[in-house]
Amino acid sequence: MEGLFFNVDYGYIEGVVRGYRNGLLTGNQYANLTQCDTLQDLKLQLSATDYGNFLASYAGPLSTSVIQDRLSKKMYAEFQYLRSQSLGKLTKFLDYVCYGYMIDNVSLMITGTLHDRDCAEILPKCHPLGWFETLPTLSIATDIESLYSTVLVDTPLAPFFKDCLTVDDLDDLNIEIIRNRLYKNYLEAFKEFIQKEFDGPDLEIMTRLLDFEADKRVINIALNSLNNPDLSPEDKTSLFPQFGRLYPVYHKDLALAEDVEQIKYIVESIGEYLELFSDGHDANGGSKNIEDWFYLLEMQYNKNAFTQQFTLSAVWAWLRSKEQEVRNITWIAECIAQNQKNRINNYISVY
Amino acid sequence: MSGAGNRELVFPTRMTLGLMKGKLKGAQQGHSLLKRKSEALTKRFRDITQRIDEAKRKMGRVMQTAAFSLAEVQYATGDNISYQVQESVQKARFQIRAKQENVSGVYLPAFESHINEDINDFKMTGLGRGGQQVQKAKIVYTKAVETLVELASLQTAFIILDEVIKVTNRRVNAIEHVIIPRTENTISYINSELDELDREEFYRLKKVQEKKQIAVAAEEAEELAKRQAAEGALEDAETEDVDDELDDKVEDVEGAEEEEDEAVAEDASDAASVPASASASAEASPAPAGKKKKNKKKKKKAASTAVQPSESEIIEDVEKLAGGAAAGSEDVLQENEDDIIF
Repeated sequence: MEGLFFNVDYGYIEGVVRGYRNGLLTGNQYANLTQCDTLQDLKLQLSATDYGNFLASYAGPLSTSVIQDRLSKKMYAEFQYLRSQSLGKLTKFLDYVCYGYMIDNVSLMITGTLHDRDCAEILPKCHPLGWFETLPTLSIATDIESLYSTVLVDTPLAPFFKDCLTVDDLDDLNIEIIRNRLYKNYLEAFKEFIQKEFDGPDLEIMTRLLDFEADKRVINIALNSLNNPDLSPEDKTSLFPQFGRLYPVYHKDLALAEDVEQIKYIVESIGEYLELFSDGHDANGGSKNIEDWFYLLEMQYNKNAFTQQFTLSAVWAWLRSKEQEVRNITWIAECIAQNQKNRINNYISVY
Repeated sequence: MSGAGNRELVFPTRMTLGLMKGKLKGAQQGHSLLKRKSEALTKRFRDITQRIDEAKRKMGRVMQTAAFSLAEVQYATGDNISYQVQESVQKARFQIRAKQENVSGVYLPAFESHINEDINDFKMTGLGRGGQQVQKAKIVYTKAVETLVELASLQTAFIILDEVIKVTNRRVNAIEHVIIPRTENTISYINSELDELDREEFYRLKKVQEKKQIAVAAEEAEELAKRQAAEGALEDAETEDVDDELDDKVEDVEGAEEEEDEAVAEDASDAASVPASASASAEASPAPAGKKKKNKKKKKKAASTAVQPSESEIIEDVEKLAGGAAAGSEDVLQENEDDIIF
C-alpha cells in the first residue's frame, strides 16, 4: 500500500536517483583506474564513465586536488538538481541531509571568526551542500555573545544550538566539542524526523543507516579521545547520540574505556561490528584500518538500501555512495601521483 | 732575473733586503698555516657533502610517506581538515635551537630539533572521524620535519664552508703564486744590485791602488832623476859654490810640488772618464765618501786651472828636470798617456 501514491510526488526523483546509482563506478571500472600510470590516463578512463568530460574545460597540469574538485562539483550539481525538484517531506528530508554539512560550515566560520580571519577567506572553504543564506553573516559577529544571540539564532541550525550551548561554551578551546555536540543533536533530530515522517521500508532503511552513523561517531569519539585528559567520561557521553545499536547499554562503558582493547571488546558484542577491529587483509593484501571498515560497512548498507522500491532513503544512500566514490577516485589519483601503487587497492567498491 | 717586472718597487738597500727576507718568511709560514686550514675545512666539507647526500635520500623517503599519510587523512576525514588543524594550533610543539660549532675558526650553525610533548594543540581534531589518521600523519610529519631540520643545518654548514674554503684557497694561491714569487724576485733583484755595487767598488779600489802605485813609481823615478842630476852636477862643478846647492834644494822643493799637481791631474782625468760610476759609488758606499769628496774638491781645483796645460807643464818640467836621464821618466809618461787614453 505504501507504494501506491509514492510515484505521484516522488517517482521522478527516485527514478533520477536510481539512474545516478547505475552511473556509480563498478569494480571493473575501478580495476581499470588502478592500472593507470598517469593522471592523464585516469582522466581518459573517467571520460568513459558517467563523469564524461568533467575535466574538459580544465587547461594546465592535472593534480589530485583539481580532479577531486571537479568530481565533487558534479556530485553537488546532481544533488542540487534533486533538491530543486523535491517537494513535501522529501524537501525536509534533503534539508536534514544538508544540516550535517551546515554544522561543518558553521564550526568553520566560528573558528575563523575567533581567529579574526577574513570572511572572504573562509567562505570558499565551506562545503557547498552546507551553504545557507545567512552563512556569511556569521563572520559579522565580533564577539561570542553577539554571535550566539544575533547570528546563530537565525540559522537553520538554531534548534541544535538551543538546547546544548550556552554562551560560556562558545570559546575557542572546545570548538571541536561544539561541533560534535551539534552533530549529536542533529542526528537525534534527524532520527526523530525519520520516525515521524517515514514508514515501511523507508523507515527501516533510514533507521539502520542512522543507527550506523550514530554508532560510528560513538566509536570514533571513544577511540580518538582515549589519551585525552581534557575530555571526561561525562563529556564523552554528552557527545554520544542517544540511539543506535550501542545505545544505551554500551555507551557508559565506551565513555569509561581507557584503551583500544576495552573498546574492541565492547564493540565486538554487536555482531555486525565484529570485523571492525580485526586488522584483516582483503583479497588484494592491503590491510584495513577501522576507518576503512566503517566505510566498507556503510557502503554495504547503502547498496542494500537500493534493494527496496519506493524509498526516499535511496537519495541518502546515493549521496553517501557518491561521496565514497569521489574519495576512492581521489585516493587512486593520489596513489598514482605519488607513485605508491602498493596501496592503490585500498578503495571501497561495492557496486 | 726571472720575472723582472714582477717585483716590489723598493730601493735596493740592505735594509730593504732584511725587510723582504722577513716578509718572505712570514709569507711562507702563513702559506703553510692556511694550507693546513684549507685541508681541515675540505675534510669537513667532504664529510658534510656525504651526510647531505644521505639526508636528502632519507628526506625523499620520509617526505613521500608523509605526503601519503596526508592523503590518508584526507581520505578519512574529507575536506577542510588542514584548515581545522591550522586554526587549532596555538603554540609550537616542534622547536629548533641553533648553536654554533667551531671548525678551524669557522662558525658553523647547527640546528637542534626539540619536541615539547606537553603541547598537542589538535588532539581534538578529527574527533568525529579520522582522528587516528590525523595523529598518525602528525607523527610522520614530525619525522619529516626532523629530517628537514637536519638537512637545513647541513646545507647551511655546506654553504658557509664552501665560501670559507674558497676564500682560504684564494689566499693560499695568492701567497703561493703571487706574494712569494714577488718577494723572491725582489730579494734576488736587491742581491744582484748589491753585488753590482760591490763589484764597482772593488774595481774602483783596484784603480785607486793602481794610481797610487803609478804615483809612487813616478816619484821614485823623479827621485832617481834628481839624484842623478845632483850627481851629474857634482861631477860637473865640484868646485861650485855652496850657494848652488842651496838653489838646488829650492828647486827640489818646487819639483815635489809639481809632482803632486801631476798626480792630482791624473786623478781628475780618471774621474772624468767614469763620472757615472763615481757618483753611483759615492751614493752607494758611504765609507769612502770622505775620500772621494776630497778628490772631488781637488779635481775641481784642477779643472779650474785647466787639465791639459798642467799636463804639458808637467811633461816640460820633467824634461827640464830630468834632461839626461829621461829613460825612467819617459816610461812614466807613456804610462800616463795610456792612463789618459784609458
